[in-house]
Amino acid sequence: MKTGRYAGSTQQQARPGPSSELLPILIMDILTYSGHLLSGAWITVQLTLYSSVLGLFFAFVLGVGRVSDNPFVHGLSAGIIEFFRGTSLLVQLFWLYFALPMIGQTLGYDWRFPPMLVGTLALALNIGAYAAEVVRGAIQAVAPEQYEAAKALDFSPRQTMWRIIVPQAVPEMMPSLGNLAIQNLKDTALVSLISLADLAYKAEQLRNFTQDSTTIYSLLLLMYFGMALVVAGLMKLAERYACRWRAGGSV
Amino acid sequence: MSESNQSDKIIEFQNVTKSYGDHVVLDALDFSVRRGEKVTIIGPSGSGKSTVLRILMTLEDIQDGVIHVAGKPLWHEEKNGQLMPASEAHLRMMRKEMGMVFQQFNLFPHMTVMRNVTEAPRQVLGLSRDKAKKRALKYLDLVGMTEHADKFPSQLSGGQQQRVGIARALAMHPNILLFDEPTSALDPELVGEVLQVIEHLASQHDLTILLVTHEMQFARQISDRVCFFDQGKFVEEGRPEEIFTEPREERTKAFLSSFLGDH
Ligand SMILES: Nc1ncnc2c1ncn2[C@@H]1O[C@H](COP(=O)(O)OP(=O)(O)OP(=O)(O)O)[C@@H](O)[C@H]1O
Ligand SMILES: [Mg+2]
Repeated sequence: MKTGRYAGSTQQQARPGPSSELLPILIMDILTYSGHLLSGAWITVQLTLYSSVLGLFFAFVLGVGRVSDNPFVHGLSAGIIEFFRGTSLLVQLFWLYFALPMIGQTLGYDWRFPPMLVGTLALALNIGAYAAEVVRGAIQAVAPEQYEAAKALDFSPRQTMWRIIVPQAVPEMMPSLGNLAIQNLKDTALVSLISLADLAYKAEQLRNFTQDSTTIYSLLLLMYFGMALVVAGLMKLAERYACRWRAGGSV
Repeated sequence: MSESNQSDKIIEFQNVTKSYGDHVVLDALDFSVRRGEKVTIIGPSGSGKSTVLRILMTLEDIQDGVIHVAGKPLWHEEKNGQLMPASEAHLRMMRKEMGMVFQQFNLFPHMTVMRNVTEAPRQVLGLSRDKAKKRALKYLDLVGMTEHADKFPSQLSGGQQQRVGIARALAMHPNILLFDEPTSALDPELVGEVLQVIEHLASQHDLTILLVTHEMQFARQISDRVCFFDQGKFVEEGRPEEIFTEPREERTKAFLSSFLGDH
């Protein structure tokens, strides 16, 4: 019964045993499934890429805001960070996708946004809030003498932060940002719940149709793992570049 | 000092007091430096020598008194004939007069030597890339670091880093250069190359130099005036020959004799 919808072909009892015919069938299945899953994987890749880039932007803005001397900027950044770290991604996603349009309707605006946009935004805000804490920690680890050197050269506080302090804090951030990027890739699976046809969504669709849970979920695991390896590799490259000025090269 | 008039003084401390909590570091300090003068400050550890320079560079504020740099109040602004605490804009303007060379070099580690020297002229003074580079090459040449322009600070020796630190400060064209123990963090064999550069700068007439050092021989060589600083006050000052060969104060004698043991 393992072969599911190909059950009819097992009638040929003359064959020596099931194992020799099972393998080609499995391979056929995998190829068929993969073709279907790949279109979902492409959505997952796009979503991961967009939300990571946007999340990185949020992380730097919020992380730098968090160390600002200005109490308003400081408080606002801290509030946003805590809010998005303190509420689950799933709820944020549902809120943006289901609740926001309702609120818009009440106020007379059309606040229905495409799932790709909502997914990207929710993922970016969520991962950005976590990454902001990484950015803040790395900024605070920069030697105070660097601020003094910048002041002695008459850099403005803003120039000092963005040209002197933040760039040299980047190597310190890289390992944690690498972990968060992989976390973000895995989190994208949640967007299937707002009917965005990503990898997880396509897999679920396929499984409903074929009932072949074992093969499909195994494939799903491998595909996410493969993508995670690619992300980890890319982050390693980025880390090596960010650390090029350090004595030992790496962190 | 008697022939100098008011406008001659590029730096003037009047009754300056600085304390950390109960600990008084500068105690009603009066002190002045003439334009183009090369002044060395010597004194025991913890006496407040660095504090004098750091206050000038606006890295530390003061509790009392007035400091004038190039005729303008440093930590104050004149408003309606009254001295008010300086705004950030005023401090930024005043910093243009001065440059500082640090004991620990404090180069920007993520920038090449070239960018360390061009960054402030480009971003702060608004020089074009070409102009900033030309200027940087001039000063890197002066400190003998042209061939290392594309390296990062982590690839340089301490002496080389300090020479870049000097070029970086010079590229902002300061009228006053502050050196805080520029060779104290260096291996003995690297001290000479840095002192040589400072000696060359000391031969320039219009540059005012204020140097804190423990290199007594060097202080004697380049200074117009040596000031012995102890417990928040200048105990004694004079021409190097006077201070080093016939100090009047007991504390100066004691301090100098503690150094004779080393050489
Ligand atoms: N941020 C600070 N907080 C508290 N005390 C300080 C601070 N900075 C300096 N001090 C104290 O002020 C005094 C003067 O310090 P300063 O660094 O000016 O001494 P110095 O003469 O340069 O000594 P050294 O030769 O060791 O460099 C010292 O007693 C020091 O402990
Ligand atoms: Mg000192």
